[in-house]
Amino acid sequence: MQLIKQFFYGDYDAMKVAGNPADAAATPSVATQEWPIWEVFVRSKQGLDHKHVGSLHAADAAMAIENARDVYTRRQEGISIWVVESKYIHATNPDEAESLYEPAADKVYRHPTFYELPIELKHI
Amino acid sequence: MSYTPEQQFQHKIDQEIKIEPKDWMPEKYRQTLIRQISQHAHSEVVGMLPEGNWISRAPSLKRKAILLAKVQDEAGHGLYLYSAAETLGITRDEMYHQLHTGKAKYSSIFNYPTLTWADMGAIGWLVDGAAIMNQVPLCRTSYGPYARAMVRVCKEESFHQRQGFEILLVLSQGTDEQKAMCQDAINRWWWPSVMMFGPADEASPHTQQSMQWKIKRFTNDELRQKFVDICAEQVKTLGMTLPDPDLKWNEEKGHYDFGAINWEEFWQVVAGNGPCNKERLATRQKAWNDGAWVRDAATAHAAKKAAKHLHKVA
Amino acid sequence: MNIYWNQQWPAHIQYALFLADNALILAQQHSKWCGKGPILEQDIALSNIALDYLGQARNFYQLAAEELNQLEGVQFYTEDSLAYHRTDRNFVNLLLTELEQPNWGHCVLKTFLYSSFASLVFQKLMHIQAGELTAIAEKSNKELAYHKRWSQDWVIRLGDGTAESNTIMQQALNQIWPYAGECFIPANFETVFWQNHPSFFHELEKEWMDYLQTIFTEATLQLPAKQAWQTGGKQGIHTEQMGYVLAEMQYLQRTYPNSVW
Repeated sequence: MQLIKQFFYGDYDAMKVAGNPADAAATPSVATQEWPIWEVFVRSKQGLDHKHVGSLHAADAAMAIENARDVYTRRQEGISIWVVESKYIHATNPDEAESLYEPAADKVYRHPTFYELPIELKHI
Repeated sequence: MSYTPEQQFQHKIDQEIKIEPKDWMPEKYRQTLIRQISQHAHSEVVGMLPEGNWISRAPSLKRKAILLAKVQDEAGHGLYLYSAAETLGITRDEMYHQLHTGKAKYSSIFNYPTLTWADMGAIGWLVDGAAIMNQVPLCRTSYGPYARAMVRVCKEESFHQRQGFEILLVLSQGTDEQKAMCQDAINRWWWPSVMMFGPADEASPHTQQSMQWKIKRFTNDELRQKFVDICAEQVKTLGMTLPDPDLKWNEEKGHYDFGAINWEEFWQVVAGNGPCNKERLATRQKAWNDGAWVRDAATAHAAKKAAKHLHKVA
Repeated sequence: MNIYWNQQWPAHIQYALFLADNALILAQQHSKWCGKGPILEQDIALSNIALDYLGQARNFYQLAAEELNQLEGVQFYTEDSLAYHRTDRNFVNLLLTELEQPNWGHCVLKTFLYSSFASLVFQKLMHIQAGELTAIAEKSNKELAYHKRWSQDWVIRLGDGTAESNTIMQQALNQIWPYAGECFIPANFETVFWQNHPSFFHELEKEWMDYLQTIFTEATLQLPAKQAWQTGGKQGIHTEQMGYVLAEMQYLQRTYPNSVW
């Protein structure tokens, strides 16, 4: 069973041939003329994680960064930007979601509230 | 017993669980979304033109800056929406192709001309007002990327309507010529704005399925009534009137009654016979064609750079 | 009521107006491209740049208006009266800024030339103590740094990209280049303003030209052979284009005088 497949986020044609990215690369379509899609992640302020905010088209990484700045931070939404070309994003397969995430559901002992301790106990 | 994918899908929708790009979805759901989201995106992009028409003639530097920022926002909104549609397996190029060949529609309101500065106010107040009314429920639409795009759009959109109303407010307190300009713009934009909510429910072929899938949350007529109710009150602040002799508060219903909509005009404009259909489309086509050398050059340069880099690594 | 240029105004006010006029006219020309760019992302980028220039223009006009009101004991000058109530003979922007932008290459090249020139001027302004002018320069220079990088990247992309794009860019450069020299040929108010820095214009020309040459070389674009520079903007003697730019921009203010918008 293959749990991790390569998906081209947002590219349905590539999804259909997921599992064998070479096929996708070998079939040129209208899309080859288009600037590639990039996913944009923005850190809104110091101390927070970069968060996915959307995507855009750009011919190269430098342009993707500049475009991201112009498109996604027009209202001072961020102080740091990551961009990654969408085709390099690997994702889990939603069909396998049960086997991936449900096993964690019965491991309640991983959460601090699982343990009942005397109230007088402090700083724990 | 086991459920069919359709049943599971509808169950998720009923539970208000968002559908994400790689989840299973009925083909018809995907097609409906592509049609609706791309239409919405096209509306944003074509919608830049009537207002863009007045950026160079804005009557003060402040108004110029606001209008430019607003029209630029619309480009951003178009981009968010195209991105959302792209997650459904259509490229932006294909969507443009559909727009340029007339296969895809955009909101008919943008096929009306902007003739005076007051039109900037009327568009902000009425057209953006109607758009917001449509868009706010879409923030909870069932398809995740669309809902997220709409949250962003609505957040940015909030200043658009306010700046429009403020333009009209200033005109309504200005010289006689300005007041006349204000009333004239309201007269011309009112009915097209009322039509923005689309055909009446009984004539709207997609509404029922879209409601079941929670792509749409309210029917066209519900939203239209809400819009009329709000505007009928707001226009009083301007000391202006809405061009509808049948507009009257109905105590019993708790809503305003309003006059008959000219559906023939509506369908004529949808069919491509509005005042500016051809012009708007031609402008978009020209912009796209004129930009081809720029897009190609950037692609070629990126490829050369990548090749050089590979060469260096090797 | 028209405002007429007065050569007796203090040099720093004339200089502020010069910087304001440049920024306004460039913003005006750029903003005509809003909705017509080659791709959405770049449409947004050029509008952002236009908004930056518009903001700079407003800052400089507001400063000039305040000082002129004080100087003449009136309440007559505002950012809008300065922008909307002068004829082209009373505007002192560089000819470069008013040129038509028939294709994207012109948009990129004009941004490139102006932002790289202006950022050298603004950096110098940040070094001398010129009060409010320095404060505005500091803010504007951050924007200019971005315009410079954006346009520089695009000059290289389009110059180097395809044979077609190279041809278009070379033609655009040939058309625009004669207007570059005006940037470093000082007008009277500039000579007075920079009187404590007599070598400024010479240094500016050298540093700017070196930079431009580097980028154009990387973009495989040829600088046109040396020729006479087109000048006159700073003296209010503009190209024929300028009358149309202002006719459009000032149309409402001229048609409905004494109105509030």
